[in-house]
Amino acid sequence: MSLPTSPRARMHGGINPPGNKQQSLRHPIRRLPLPPQLIVPVQQRGEPLPELLIGIGDRVEKGQCLARGRGERAVSSHAPAAGVVTDIGAQPLPDDQAGGVTCVTIATEPCVASARCLPPLDPVECGNEMFLQRLRDAGITGLGGAGFPTHAKVRAAIGRVETLIVNATECEPFITADAALLQERAADVLRGASLLLQITGATRCLVGIQDDAPAAIASLQAAMTDARFQLCVLPARYPHGAEALLVHVLTGREVPMGRPAIDYGVLCHNPATLHAVARAVLHGEPLISRVMTLTGAALRDPGNYDVLIGTPVAVALQACGLDEWQHSRSLAGGPLLGVELQQATVPLIKTSNCILATTEAELPRPPPSQPCIRCGLCADVCPVRLLPQKLQWFWRSGELDKAAAHHLEDCIDCGACAYVCPSTIPLVQQFRLAKTSLAEQRARQRQADRARERFEAHQARVATQQRLDEQRRRERAALLQRKQAEAAARTETVNAVTASSAPSPQDVIAAALARVQARKAAKRAAEPTALPPEGEAPP
Amino acid sequence: MLSPLLLICLALLAGALLACAARPAEPQTLGLVEQIDALLPQTQCGQCGHPGCKPYAAAIAEGAAINKCPPGGRQTIARLARLLNRAVVPLDPEHGAEGPRRVAFIREAECIGCTKCLQACPVDAIVGAAKLMHTVISAECTGCDLCVEPCPVDCIDLLPAPSAWQPVAVNDSPARGTPLIGSDRGRGLTT
Repeated sequence: MSLPTSPRARMHGGINPPGNKQQSLRHPIRRLPLPPQLIVPVQQRGEPLPELLIGIGDRVEKGQCLARGRGERAVSSHAPAAGVVTDIGAQPLPDDQAGGVTCVTIATEPCVASARCLPPLDPVECGNEMFLQRLRDAGITGLGGAGFPTHAKVRAAIGRVETLIVNATECEPFITADAALLQERAADVLRGASLLLQITGATRCLVGIQDDAPAAIASLQAAMTDARFQLCVLPARYPHGAEALLVHVLTGREVPMGRPAIDYGVLCHNPATLHAVARAVLHGEPLISRVMTLTGAALRDPGNYDVLIGTPVAVALQACGLDEWQHSRSLAGGPLLGVELQQATVPLIKTSNCILATTEAELPRPPPSQPCIRCGLCADVCPVRLLPQKLQWFWRSGELDKAAAHHLEDCIDCGACAYVCPSTIPLVQQFRLAKTSLAEQRARQRQADRARERFEAHQARVATQQRLDEQRRRERAALLQRKQAEAAARTETVNAVTASSAPSPQDVIAAALARVQARKAAKRAAEPTALPPEGEAPP
Repeated sequence: MLSPLLLICLALLAGALLACAARPAEPQTLGLVEQIDALLPQTQCGQCGHPGCKPYAAAIAEGAAINKCPPGGRQTIARLARLLNRAVVPLDPEHGAEGPRRVAFIREAECIGCTKCLQACPVDAIVGAAKLMHTVISAECTGCDLCVEPCPVDCIDLLPAPSAWQPVAVNDSPARGTPLIGSDRGRGLTT
């Protein structure tokens, strides 16, 4: 039992939306019935195609490795349940609207056999490399949202961080997956944290949690026996969970936008990731399921469920008692940061922490926006101290350069500005588009710079080629001239020699004619029956 | 008598030091032509009537019109106008129309390997050898159109560039109901 420490800094702004957390915390973590089909993504975004270890029609066991990543950052994927592989191909995922990634579809079979596991590792005996390889083999990626491969993050942190932060601040309304996990499995989470402390060489672990999860706090305090662990309870305020903000609040260090916190001596992990690390290392369990919140007014039985990776959203929602008549839309994630699901066939993946199936009454569509009245509320709540109102004007007038000069790119997309706007202007949506346009402009500029470089190189090459050609031509011409001159000189000498000593051309012809006559005469002399000779042969 | 002289000497010395320190750290500033060139899209297509973007930049610096660049379009004209303090004018239709960015694509089965497009490409974005198939490195292609005309078998198409390159009209606000994110105002959230 340890007493909570106080935060080192306060977050600027932020909002206090209704938490709506108790709906999903009424029950302990439950299991969903086995879905008939699982769609398991085997490829990470931006990674090459993985090495597939199974083919269509193959029978797979629970926990069997389906694919091994090829890239430096790629991780393995495992079968969440026993069954038969029916399809391998690109499938859409909940976190993007366009395209998809390679997924393996498994028709599941009820099977009592336990999961095929890797042998447990002894964290003291095994070296760093073996530990990281285990994280990779067990398919562990960040479960907080970004899905960054954990082994790569830990590798970057080895020897460079002195603080490990457990980001248990689930600040978005409705989501309670981490709180439920900490309530029931705090010991495993802390075990995972101490493994990472040992590997990275960090000396302390700060657990940041909001005061709206008292049961999780109590459970954490009970499990904390180590002096290296400190609990830090923050007042509930959105968006405490953004990594850079949490690092600032807990340690007082400000991490610039776009830089990893590791450069500032801090490694930040989600409790679910630490839980998965502990299970993978100490028990050899690959990451085949995760705790997620299935909630919203359209569900009769909202709660936290241990869901197999690859369960289709529709199946999961049906199992929680989806009221089709009331249901208006589903969001992957919370109401502020979530993405609206376009189709219910997408699978739940490692980064899905919440599916919010709402009704029109619970989460109405925003009313049409009104003109800005310059109240300044947006600037008051912006946690990164931007001026959303000003940025909005720049966006409207198409002055992206000015918006960039006002640090548009530091916006963390939290949506606090849009939440408080009395004119219901879709500020954060506009900023998202603006950032996309800005990124596109930057990419174009890079492409233009490259094209200029290549054009200049091309010009230089053509010029060199022309110069060389010209030089060669001149050389050839000079050579020809020299040869001609030499030939001319030779004829000259020959002529001179003939003119001085040899007989004149007329004499040569006369001599040749004489030789021919002589030969003819000799022929005639050898044949006496022939006609008499017309001329006399010379002697 | 000595102290005023000493003071004057000190003042002069300090003045010299300050003058040295006040000199800007980066003395080399881009010339006007380079500044203009940086705003041009570097397509090197020659639609402006100049053999490349740099010559056009030089011409603009000497007073040529700023509305002769169709690949740059409105945006480039606006930026040039701001840089040169000139009026924003619409694109001169004589030089072409503004369109989405494109990349060249060689229908490889039809290519006879004449190397004519290789010589035409201003950024060396086509690879190939005599009597062998050619192909376009699409990441390097500027969509300048210069390789299409010399091709004797017309096997080069200009296709729309991948979506990341499509210009985004910056004045469009998101359509109502566009699910960019699920962010909604919290009114109606029940507790």
